[in-house]
Amino acid sequence: MRKWALFAVIVVGALLLWAEGDIPPFGDPDTPANTYVAQYYIENAYEDADMANIVTVILTDYRSYDTLGEATVIFTAGMSLLLLLRRGGRL
Amino acid sequence: MKEDVVIRTVTRMIVPFIQLFGLYVILHGASSAGGGFQGGVIFASAFILYGIAFGITEARKRIYEKITTVAASLGVYIFAGIGLLAILFGGNFLGYSALPLPLPGPEIRGLMAEFVEIGIGITVMAVMTSIFYDMASKEEVE
Repeated sequence: MRKWALFAVIVVGALLLWAEGDIPPFGDPDTPANTYVAQYYIENAYEDADMANIVTVILTDYRSYDTLGEATVIFTAGMSLLLLLRRGGRL
Repeated sequence: MKEDVVIRTVTRMIVPFIQLFGLYVILHGASSAGGGFQGGVIFASAFILYGIAFGITEARKRIYEKITTVAASLGVYIFAGIGLLAILFGGNFLGYSALPLPLPGPEIRGLMAEFVEIGIGITVMAVMTSIFYDMASKEEVE
């Protein structure tokens, strides 16, 4: 079990390092986020989703997939603590 | 735990207002500052305050550990379920405007975003309370 956990951690870590190469350089002015996406959000957020708060529109509508991931991360953190602490550290 | 009348009375008075404010922050996220994450934490802080003032065993009688565990997954289910419903009605995953409601597209998106916020709020509230229970119960000497 422990060996499989280590294997999973190494594989996921290698995948993340491999995918990291596709991230644009920090502060690159030519990425989509810096060229037209932010402008589109600001201009169309109210008409698209009928909400006055642009942050909520981006969070729950344009980037809802990302927010679903965030909610899943919080859920996973809670379940991990539940498993580790409530069962006395035995998995 | 030492009895303290002032702390217990103030807690008893203030907990409903904290919960009301938490619900307000969750539901008012569409038109002012707020959202599911913040509102969920505020809502959970009411339970945490209750647990600090009255002891963890007393707090467990108010909101059971079983409920926090179920609610933590229920919130994610609500969020993902709305996304999957959109697929069932021929849209993209989380493409809310595909849902067949008698409203114009933007209003459906706004309405569904509210439900998504409620789901996030339930998850965050349950997870915060559950973490508090797990970490606090170790020090409790019965």
